Amino acid sequence: MFEPRIVCFLCTWCTSAGADLAGTSRLQYRPNGVNIKFMCSSRVDPEHVLWAFREGADGVLIGGCHPGDCHYQDGNYRTQARVSLLYRLLDDFGIDRARLRLEWISAAEGTKFAAVMNEFTEELRSLGPIKLAAREMAK
Amino acid sequence: MKRIGVFICHCGINIAGTVDVKRVAEEVAKLDSVVYAQDYIYMCSDPGQALVREKIRQEKLDGIIIAACSPSLHESTFRTAAEEAGLNPWQCEIANIREQCSWVHTDRKKATEKAIRIVSTMVEKTRLNESLEPIPVSITKKALVIGGGIAGIQAALDIADSGHKVILVEKESSIGGHMAQLSETFPTLDCSQCILTPKMVAAGKHRNIQLMTYSEVEEVSGYVGNFNVRIRRKAPFVDWSTCTGCGLCMEKCPAKVPSEFDRGLSTHGAIYIPFPQAVPNKPVIDRESCIYFKTGKCRLCEKTCEIGAIKFDQEDQIIEEEIGAIITATGYETLPVTELQEYGAGEVPDVIDGLAFERLLSASGPTSGEVRRPSDGRVPKEVVFVQCAGSRDPERYRPYCSKICCMYTTKHALLYKHRVHDGQPYIFYIDIRTGGKGYEEFYHNAEQDEGIIYLRGKVAKIFRDGDKTIVWGTDTLTGRNVEIQADLVVLATAVVPRESTAELVKKLRIQTGPNGFLSEAHPKLRPVESINSGFFIAGVAQGPRDIPETVAQASGAACKVISLFSRDHLEQDPAIAWVDEELCGGCRICISVCPYDAREYDEEKCIARVNEALCEGCGSCVAACACGATQQRNLSDSQIKSMVTASLGGE
Repeated sequence: MFEPRIVCFLCTWCTSAGADLAGTSRLQYRPNGVNIKFMCSSRVDPEHVLWAFREGADGVLIGGCHPGDCHYQDGNYRTQARVSLLYRLLDDFGIDRARLRLEWISAAEGTKFAAVMNEFTEELRSLGPIKLAAREMAK
Repeated sequence: MKRIGVFICHCGINIAGTVDVKRVAEEVAKLDSVVYAQDYIYMCSDPGQALVREKIRQEKLDGIIIAACSPSLHESTFRTAAEEAGLNPWQCEIANIREQCSWVHTDRKKATEKAIRIVSTMVEKTRLNESLEPIPVSITKKALVIGGGIAGIQAALDIADSGHKVILVEKESSIGGHMAQLSETFPTLDCSQCILTPKMVAAGKHRNIQLMTYSEVEEVSGYVGNFNVRIRRKAPFVDWSTCTGCGLCMEKCPAKVPSEFDRGLSTHGAIYIPFPQAVPNKPVIDRESCIYFKTGKCRLCEKTCEIGAIKFDQEDQIIEEEIGAIITATGYETLPVTELQEYGAGEVPDVIDGLAFERLLSASGPTSGEVRRPSDGRVPKEVVFVQCAGSRDPERYRPYCSKICCMYTTKHALLYKHRVHDGQPYIFYIDIRTGGKGYEEFYHNAEQDEGIIYLRGKVAKIFRDGDKTIVWGTDTLTGRNVEIQADLVVLATAVVPRESTAELVKKLRIQTGPNGFLSEAHPKLRPVESINSGFFIAGVAQGPRDIPETVAQASGAACKVISLFSRDHLEQDPAIAWVDEELCGGCRICISVCPYDAREYDEEKCIARVNEALCEGCGSCVAACACGATQQRNLSDSQIKSMVTASLGGE
């Protein structure tokens, strides 16, 4: 079966803590993602996401605090704004928007983190491996 | 090139049970810059840390990765160990292969592959890590305690006794909280008021404590050691500085308002002091019920007050304070009886909750300590106590155990029996839980010698029939259905967080768990701290607990604050933003995104700078910077890119 590779950019206060809670609760989910922890989801530069796709990621997850709960007041709103623009850029690159997910997962939502990882993995499986025009041409 | 060492922890079988740690060591040893990779059974143990220190020296390591549990647990442990061996603490990174790998996967092969990728990702980060020095920041040695129940009072007293200033904020007009409502406390049957009121008075009089009752926290900004807090002092419409608390105004007030303190079992005027032992002993006017505020006529209280303390034109005040540490001790509510449909939904007058029964038992309560039922004031002869009313019921109500009900219900039945000798108490229970010093003995004594009938089972329905309250239940030990024609039913309703807590945590930016109680930084090892530094927690706001536990936790939280205040300055994480002056074009987009005003424009050089004392290290400006001039220390864009590549298995 196709095993998609997922890069997960998680904020330390909410989503990474939620991922830790999934661990302490011993929830089981698909091992397709590797987490990269930032202080805030607003540290994610759209370039990091494009880089991940360039390097062969089949999907990218950005996890932040729920609206209104950002540890840094309004960082997650900036993330949301950047992701909305990034979607338009993904269209230009011919990358399906479903390959980039922005999720609000709090420190208390271990179950949500596990569910999102499972769902996202399944979704990427149905989309199949990423095909980038530039890469195809290089081949 | 850097010399990196990787230390892989088995965590007993917690990691090694799922992840092939030997293979991880073998694979990461092949990576560039990694000169040493070793697994060990418990890396955090003394010999484990000794191994880390020894190898740093022996192998001349200038970067290490500990592949183990979440950094929230032992990052500081290993950074200290690194420092002891002469390595800069910011050259030590944690690869989380437990919470985010071994505990969440079962497939050994896949979990091992993932662990290798997690460690490789951190190797890439460490390769480019700089050695950093913590940034010293000043500290305001003044604490804020939110909530004036026994937890808040105890914490405030402990901090104040250490010589530091404390502001104790309480939203009601008096401190005391729920403990002031209780009659006697289990298992010693101390009178609650007698042990609490001296503490209330001490808190009110302490020269280091500033009481702010009838006040609420509006806004909190800043960070540990340097918070700015805005507090709203609600207008009591009484000038407390001149009011003597004589009480004449309260006698004259014609309005009748159900007393919240007496759980609706008595009434008071629109101008009132919640209970006679209140601290401060000053009245407030309830705007919603005051006849003058509603109709524009009356002002009887104003006419009665000879010193002219009544001030109808008073307005709320906003007070700003600088604070170093905050303790949240906002306590609890109990699940309203109205939510319990099968128990009459609050429609049956002789079905009351435990706190109301406390008021009936209390010598200073509405019946002066005589047990009389609300409907007709008769002394009830058959009383049914229902435990777990809304607790341990994940389908319909709250999934957790409210912890204090087993003990207080036994106490209720026992005190009832002491007052009504010919009365018969029944207790419906699921299990009797008596963890606590002297608790089992207390229960045993009540069950053996006091004639209380314990029925193991849940109550299915409670309804009114004439002047009786009918209780249908099951006794699961005999397997029979039970019907009791009761005169009074007391529900041990679930302990729930205060509704206002949800609002408050948003202002403080601290976390709550799935049931709405405050989250601690670590359930076992950091029970009085919030994950966000500078915030501490105490009392039932964190989860159901009894008075001794609450007091111990409050003293614990106070001790944490005192320990914070014992330092001359605090150290701030130096992994913050910095600017490459050569690259900065002065577009100022960073200034527009910074939530802390930490980015400022240098008019002379036409570039944007970082104010290190204000930068919190969120990285928002780094992502916003169009030309890459702003970077984050130890999390630069080039580091992130290498980490991404490594996380994908390296291509």
